Amino acid sequence: MLALGQDEIAKYPFLADAGQYLKDQGFSLDQFGSDPDLKQLIEKAYERIRVAADGKIYKSDLDGDHVSKEAALPREVFSFLLAIVLLKLSGMHTLIKRFALAEARRAEKYLEKDLANISDESKNQLAIRVIDDLFSVQVKKSDDYFIIPVSDYLKHSINFHEREWKLINRHVENGQVFLSPHETVRLIRKELGTYINSKIINAKTPTMIPGFEDSVNKLVSLSKKFATYTVTTGEYPPCVKHAIEILEKGENLPHSGRFMLATFLLSKGQTVQQIAPLFKNAPDYNERVTLYQLNHLAGTSGSGTQYSCPSCEKLKTQSLCFATSECDNIINPLQFGRKKK
Amino acid sequence: MQESDILFLEDSFKKYYFNHFDQITVPERTSEREFGYQKFNSGMTRHISLKDDKELHLMLMQNIPSDVYCSNAYYTFPNLPMNEKDWKEADLIFDIDAKDLNLSCRESHTVSICNDCNEVSKISTHCSKCNSSKLEKKSLPCKNCIDASKIEVEKLSKVLIDDLAITKENIQVYFSGNEGFHVYAYNSQFQEIGSRERSELTDYISLRGAIPETFGMRKLKQNRAYFPDFDDKGWRGRFSKYVFGSKSKRSKIITELLANGYTSFQKTLDDVSENIGVKIDPNVTMDVHRIFRLPGSINSKSGLTKTLCDDLTKFDPYTEASFLSDDTVEVFANSPIEFKLKNKKFGPYNNEKITVPTYAAVYMICKKLARIA
Repeated sequence: MLALGQDEIAKYPFLADAGQYLKDQGFSLDQFGSDPDLKQLIEKAYERIRVAADGKIYKSDLDGDHVSKEAALPREVFSFLLAIVLLKLSGMHTLIKRFALAEARRAEKYLEKDLANISDESKNQLAIRVIDDLFSVQVKKSDDYFIIPVSDYLKHSINFHEREWKLINRHVENGQVFLSPHETVRLIRKELGTYINSKIINAKTPTMIPGFEDSVNKLVSLSKKFATYTVTTGEYPPCVKHAIEILEKGENLPHSGRFMLATFLLSKGQTVQQIAPLFKNAPDYNERVTLYQLNHLAGTSGSGTQYSCPSCEKLKTQSLCFATSECDNIINPLQFGRKKK
Repeated sequence: MQESDILFLEDSFKKYYFNHFDQITVPERTSEREFGYQKFNSGMTRHISLKDDKELHLMLMQNIPSDVYCSNAYYTFPNLPMNEKDWKEADLIFDIDAKDLNLSCRESHTVSICNDCNEVSKISTHCSKCNSSKLEKKSLPCKNCIDASKIEVEKLSKVLIDDLAITKENIQVYFSGNEGFHVYAYNSQFQEIGSRERSELTDYISLRGAIPETFGMRKLKQNRAYFPDFDDKGWRGRFSKYVFGSKSKRSKIITELLANGYTSFQKTLDDVSENIGVKIDPNVTMDVHRIFRLPGSINSKSGLTKTLCDDLTKFDPYTEASFLSDDTVEVFANSPIEFKLKNKKFGPYNNEKITVPTYAAVYMICKKLARIA
């Protein structure tokens, strides 16, 4: 574990050992429910979650990157720890996810500032160590840039769908990717969110603490706002339509195209028997082979692995994507035509 | 393929394997690799693990495979089913194939073989005899195909070395045995990356998915200074050299690009990608569980051997990768296209009975353009 100073705990509260921190400060959870002065902090914690649920970043009491007042530091850390307790008590997973992401974005701001801090080498080094320890990305400083190995970059960038994160749109030289402090930190946002999320998921759920009930109930009703219902038009995406057309014309659809078509239809609930006739016109059609391969994909033979439909990204690489405006930035053909209601 | 053809091919392949054991060796870290093979007219046998050259030679002699493969991946248990193998890492592999290069010569040396009536013709849409649309295309690659593929290999090596910091000593180039080249990169920082990461790497190497901003073009707040310089590293430098041509033309061309606007630039970029992007088969590079043709083994699409190219520029597959015997054999040949092997010209043949050396007979039979008489 990193040795953290006061400022750091306030900036990156998820790095602290929650139980240990409370103990060190001489508090127990029960006190927060009963002591009128401390009870305000529950309200503050609720606020921290509510702001996160709205997709915003909680505005902290930190002044710049220093703790403004002596008292602000514990408040800052307590509200984070209490937020986790509230979330655990409410059991609302949608809120946990949103909270984790908002907290990641909050921490991201501080990390970025620390990385770019040229006057204070220790801040700079701490940020570099946080990134290395938590996400095994080795960042090195080179003039105004931060450089990381291409392989490390790829492990994280594949989680982004925006084109500017593709390696081709990066400054690459000698096996390294050159990034600004902002990009370096942005690169690990999702993992930071996942890290915070897993810390919350893995935390023990306490039994209800007197004084916490109101806020927990408010969270339960808050989470109802985020329930969504989806409907699907049932129309096939252009890539699938294209594949079917090729086959209907008796032209050759590459193996990767057949794989996409079959996995797509299997995911949509069609059976091997329903799908097999589609391939009848293929120049190299062989019923035995087609059935064998379809059963393999469906997981009914072979290793039992059920293969899933490739992502839009992968289909683009394979020249199988024929996106139209109706695709609406989906990331997998299976999402085509799905609308939130 | 008729029985006598298969027997002939098996016999020829067996002789090659027996006489050239020195050329067919297991790769390093043998026991961590998965091997597989195919026999004529039969499916794939894979999930095989081998200890050394001796075991490989035994496998070849016992089975006389049409094609032999070995994983680029390393596993703890290569002989177990896929999800129990315990994948450790994989060498980077690249496949460059003349058929993906959109070469103008291609049409002149491609024939269609009807799956229904076996008619051979140069019409590519339907069978001239029975009108069936189930055609199998066979190409007899020419010198131009090989030269164009070599250029792609050179382009690939440059990106691997300059951009991705792979050392020259860790790159090996093989003639694939048919229409292109297989490139291996060992001991790189990419050994342990997965399939999605490799797919991204593929897009980088092929210059695919680039946005105008990367090469200096913006929608708003345009500025000449954002455009790449001649001496820039990586794709920006290669872009400059291709688009500007010379340092002196840079300024003039930037003015043109800016005048044509953002949307037009995207089209320029597509054109640039088509011309200077490296044309590799993305499916090969992103597959981390592939078994890839074993160096030194015969490619049953041609009867030629997958051969290491020490000097790529000078390498001639039709003399250096043909190892089958000169003993003559009688075949019925129907090859509208002529070809050259071991510095000897063959064809065209129009449904005629001819006597040719084994290596030429094998080549035509593999291409389905001849059968044993």
